[in-house]
Amino acid sequence: MSIVITAKGLCKSYGDLVAVGGIDFAIRAGECFGFLGPNGAGKTSTVKMIHCFAPITSGSLTVFGIDVKEDPRSIKARIGVCQQEDNLDPDFSVAKNLTVFARYFGIPAPEAARRAQELLEFMGLWERRNDGIRQLSGGLKRRLVIARALINRPDLLILDEPTTGLDPQSRHQVWDRVRTLRKQGKTILLTTHYMDEAQTLCDRLVIMDHGKILVEGPPTELVRRGVGKEVVEVWGAPPGLADHARQSGWTFENDTDQVLIYTDHGEAIFREIAGRFPAERCTVRTAGLEDLFLKLTGRELRE
Amino acid sequence: MKRLLRAFSLRSLRVWQRNRDVYFVTWKTNLVPPLLEPILYLLAFGAGIGALVKTVPYRGEMIGYTQFIAPGLLAAQVMFQAFFETTYNTFVRMYYQRTFDAIVTTPLSLEDVMAGELLWGATKGTIGCGVMMVAISFFGLIHYPQALVIIPFSFLAGLFFAGLGLCFTGLVPQIDAFNFPVFLFIMPMFLFSGTFFPLDVLPRWAQLLAEILPLTHVSHVMREACLGRLPGRLLGSVAYLVVITVPLALLGITLMRRRLVK
Repeated sequence: MSIVITAKGLCKSYGDLVAVGGIDFAIRAGECFGFLGPNGAGKTSTVKMIHCFAPITSGSLTVFGIDVKEDPRSIKARIGVCQQEDNLDPDFSVAKNLTVFARYFGIPAPEAARRAQELLEFMGLWERRNDGIRQLSGGLKRRLVIARALINRPDLLILDEPTTGLDPQSRHQVWDRVRTLRKQGKTILLTTHYMDEAQTLCDRLVIMDHGKILVEGPPTELVRRGVGKEVVEVWGAPPGLADHARQSGWTFENDTDQVLIYTDHGEAIFREIAGRFPAERCTVRTAGLEDLFLKLTGRELRE
Repeated sequence: MKRLLRAFSLRSLRVWQRNRDVYFVTWKTNLVPPLLEPILYLLAFGAGIGALVKTVPYRGEMIGYTQFIAPGLLAAQVMFQAFFETTYNTFVRMYYQRTFDAIVTTPLSLEDVMAGELLWGATKGTIGCGVMMVAISFFGLIHYPQALVIIPFSFLAGLFFAGLGLCFTGLVPQIDAFNFPVFLFIMPMFLFSGTFFPLDVLPRWAQLLAEILPLTHVSHVMREACLGRLPGRLLGSVAYLVVITVPLALLGITLMRRRLVK
């Protein structure tokens, strides 16, 4: 399988602040690759280096086999970027936003109009084509930004936190479109701090924190390796449970009013606890990316 | 320097086209200042001050007061249009609309974007000047066809003021800070570059100081052209503007890169 992006020892510093501290990864053609991490983990800095905006501090980074330092124009001609902030042109209509953007790629006007129609239909925006940007809701704006990122038929689509700030309906709309694009074989790079988003969309992902990659792999496998199959949640912190867990050799976490036990045998542990410790509430659930994420990056507040 | 030059391409015209398209979306509001401003000035100064000062001495002859100020207004119009474009308007595109963030993800370099901004700033100066010329022509204050040289010349002058504006956009912390360059550079130039009175009335040292001001040279060329006297002393002024515009434009682009690329 061919490799679209290769990073080796990639670093980015802003003065004394190290945003990305030497990371290695390779993104394959046709996969949806995720960067998951808390705010300030270095996700956006990495993305900015990939689309050749932020110069790399050290290490190497190639996109489509081209060094980002050598030929940014050729790289940028083949990627589509959906940035975090909405930066649509407020003075243009929905359709005009796409055709003006097509011009930056040197796409001739008739072809641009064809593509704009195709993308607006795909994103469910065709009915709104003559509306002003200010009349669009947050979700519609986001869909338009994604449509705009597709105007040059990119070989690589970069989505930087594509659903931050959207309501649940809009998020699912965006996910649905991204899944369709993935099925069509588009290579997608996604950054997010939503676990469900990473879990449903990504074939492979990395979890980043403080500029480093902590783990890498397919989401389900990462969860299985890092936390096990299931989580037993015990609420109300019954006395003696933590000691019992330690003696039994369970992997567990003791929060203020909650004990979390990570295991492959949830049912058995659940029964054991239910019989011996009077808990407020005790449940067994499937382990998810969030369990792994919090285990790796801690529970303290960021920023 | 070589790397800087390599960063430019003809794609900067795409940015110019984008700004032009926005200009046409909002064209009605855009045409109000260059159409009404000269009429207001000519009425106030022509009927008001002109009633007291019928003629002024200009290079050895007496000319009508409105005849004197009309070309000065054209010069000031180029300055205001171009400078305000690459200060306030560029700042809005850069900071509030994040327009440049989007454009630099396409094959355009940041230098292309900035060059497009400068070309557009100069174009706005030219449009403003051209529209104003039409308005002033109705007062019979412009000699054609000699005065047509003003159109290409206003593009050069516009490029200078656009470059000046871009330098400040690269430097100001916030949009309110444009008050400083406006009141330290632009308003003094507007008042002391021979817009409203001939520089000969000033003391010698002040005249020499005024000779450095770019707007003095712009006014001078506009006035000679409006009076139908060409080419006269124009080449010196044109050369002066070219010499100061090129480094200033490159400086503006460099400051913008320093501001935006971290």
